[in-house]
Amino acid sequence: MIQVLFFAQVRELLGTAKVEVAAEGVTNTEQLREALAAKDEKWAKVLTSDKLLVAVNQTMSSWDAAVKDGDEVAFFPPVTGG
Amino acid sequence: MSQVNAKQVVRVQTEDFNVAEEYAAIAQDNSDGAVVTFAGKVRDFNDGSAVTDLTLEHYPGMTEAVLVQLAEQANERWPLNYVTIIHRVGRMELGEQIVFIGVTSAHRKAAFAACEFLIDFLKTKAPFWKLEAGEQGNNWVEARDSDEQAATMWNESE
Repeated sequence: MIQVLFFAQVRELLGTAKVEVAAEGVTNTEQLREALAAKDEKWAKVLTSDKLLVAVNQTMSSWDAAVKDGDEVAFFPPVTGG
Repeated sequence: MSQVNAKQVVRVQTEDFNVAEEYAAIAQDNSDGAVVTFAGKVRDFNDGSAVTDLTLEHYPGMTEAVLVQLAEQANERWPLNYVTIIHRVGRMELGEQIVFIGVTSAHRKAAFAACEFLIDFLKTKAPFWKLEAGEQGNNWVEARDSDEQAATMWNESE
């Protein structure tokens, strides 16, 4: 399983902070995003935003970054600290 | 608390910090001729509607890792001695302190530059998100292009 986390506005819009996704057929972040976006219209809208960021195992990553069973992947909006 | 070494301190915490204490902690080495500190406060910003307070969310684990990386990058780039980065999370009212950066060096130029580099990069790389509460209800703060540009400038400069 892949542990998927959502933060800030992404979490709020989806109404969930965490889901598990079966790793079969998911080899990178873009495929994971597509698998989640297929859930329904709301998930599609939130997860296809061009501002969405992704981190794999707590490192900011690109949309072709490899994802495997046991990884922790997080989706979140642009950061606003400081 | 994450530490790169005894002189590199990174803290993500709910409680406030005391600038005088943080200054004293890094200003003790007589080989340092410069101490530069930055304190960021919660202000009424954005779209003109009154903000009453702010809630800071973060990604535990990743946040600390990113701040440690930034401290290491600053160390590689400038001859620094002490580096302290503190960022608060949770609920804060208008006017409260939210972030502290402290840097020491033999030379003021290195200390000034490293301090500015750290806050610029913290703003664009560390996974923190601000939720404002105001008269109009709650509202997630939008990332600003100007912050992104400020961080990009460091890649182009010496």
